[in-house]
Amino acid sequence: MKKFINNNDDFLKESLTGFGKAHSDIINVNLDPSFVSRKNKTKDGKVSLISGGGSGHEPMHGGFVGHGMLDAACPGFVFSAPTPDQMQAAAEHVDSGAGVLFIVKNYSGDIMNFQMGAEMYSGKNDSIVTNDDVAVEDSTFTTGRRGVAATVLVEKIVGSLAEHSGSLEECKKLGEKVNKNAGTMGVAFTSCTVPAAGKPTFDIGDDEMEFGVGIHGEPGRKREKIQPSKTIVGNILEAILDNLKPEKNEKNLLFVNGMGGTPLTELYLVYEDACQILQSKGVQVTKSLVGNYCTSLEMQGASITLLKCDDEILKHWDSPVHTAAMRWGM
Amino acid sequence: MSVSFLISQAKGVQKVIDENSAEIEVLDQKIGDGDHIFNIQRGLKLVVELEDSIKDLPLAKALNMIAMKVLSGIGGSSGALFGTFFMTMAKSPDLDKDVDFNKACEMIISGIKAMKERGKADVGEKTMMDVLIPVSEKLNELKNESEFKSGLNEVIKIAEERMLSTKDMLATKGRASFLGERAKGHIDPGARSSQLIIDTICKSVINN
Repeated sequence: MKKFINNNDDFLKESLTGFGKAHSDIINVNLDPSFVSRKNKTKDGKVSLISGGGSGHEPMHGGFVGHGMLDAACPGFVFSAPTPDQMQAAAEHVDSGAGVLFIVKNYSGDIMNFQMGAEMYSGKNDSIVTNDDVAVEDSTFTTGRRGVAATVLVEKIVGSLAEHSGSLEECKKLGEKVNKNAGTMGVAFTSCTVPAAGKPTFDIGDDEMEFGVGIHGEPGRKREKIQPSKTIVGNILEAILDNLKPEKNEKNLLFVNGMGGTPLTELYLVYEDACQILQSKGVQVTKSLVGNYCTSLEMQGASITLLKCDDEILKHWDSPVHTAAMRWGM
Repeated sequence: MSVSFLISQAKGVQKVIDENSAEIEVLDQKIGDGDHIFNIQRGLKLVVELEDSIKDLPLAKALNMIAMKVLSGIGGSSGALFGTFFMTMAKSPDLDKDVDFNKACEMIISGIKAMKERGKADVGEKTMMDVLIPVSEKLNELKNESEFKSGLNEVIKIAEERMLSTKDMLATKGRASFLGERAKGHIDPGARSSQLIIDTICKSVINN
């Protein structure tokens, strides 16, 4: 294992502390229990959005705390769900009285810990669960589909509605709509290495890829020989379109997400391939996002997300955002 | 069951889990994301370190402190499930009175029931519940027996059989389970760690 690391026990704390210092204009980092919150207090009447999950997916979720997105994020150990006391402390810290919406990726550990956090928090709260991964119905960690990259889109779009005085019920409804309108699938060329494990999570040949991989290196649909980008992208899109079935006149957001170890040059090539294939199928792409947003440590690979957009989604996608990892319009 | 019993069991379990950590890590890497063993080891370390703060406390308070430590210190599914287990045990009635075998069984049974509800998992789904639920059912049969030591040998056997039975299970229920077929042939890491915990505690009770 070659990583920037001093010792395992301090790995997360040191990284979070550095994150806090690097973005001290936007966020604060609280340790023990760990949560990232906005530098400024939540304005009265604004619903607070809190997400979280295991670390190792950076910039998700801490990088999405700030104006127009999350109010707080709770990082767990690498690839392990955060604990209920973190969610409770974060909720108590950010809630201005309008309530808290927890945004949870569909992994068993996350679901259980967020549920307990919500039970321990005495204020008004509700939750949405993302499950955009079309690769598997049930995985080792989930019942139903996994929640992956579309969580970024949910956080951005619902974050905007909360900023525009949406109620807790309205925020939940929009979040569920975005999740339902989104489909994601990923591939991995290499494994990731969890620092505490010290060795790769899975073995994979130099000429192989894991098709439908999850964001922790957990298996997907099948292991196969690598193919030209156009073939891989075509197979991913086929699975997504089969699931989403967008109408011809519908507008879509195309999101190419890096898993952490694939350069942007390749991600843009994937974006180009995806645009061509979607155009040939009469699927309109009107919005784009390309970059490393929902990563899996140093894994080489990418996921593609397609989101069907109505006017409400488009409006909240375009609205200003200012976080460590996503910034436009302000 | 007493606080000193809990502490000595935690130490015994820690030793056995550490001895088997490499095997559990490999199992989790085959069908999981490899964090299970670290979570279990971290949790056991935290509980063992609690010794000085809990050794003179009443049982209910000690169980509650263990629950909060496990809940806040582990993370992942294991933290939520084992935290729920200890929290439920701490809520048992009459913990200020003597906790005999019958009472201890009832506490464990209610703890496992709460885990089942929290995790929404039943037998046959390739999880730690494949071991814990049958063990709980056996304890329910045994709890009123005065000669329980031979019964605990059966508990050890059931835990082992059920742990091994996860090997040929599909990883998941539901339709089109792509991963399911590939997970066949591997024992569930949570079932293995749970079986080791039960094995260690039962043997310790039988030998004392």
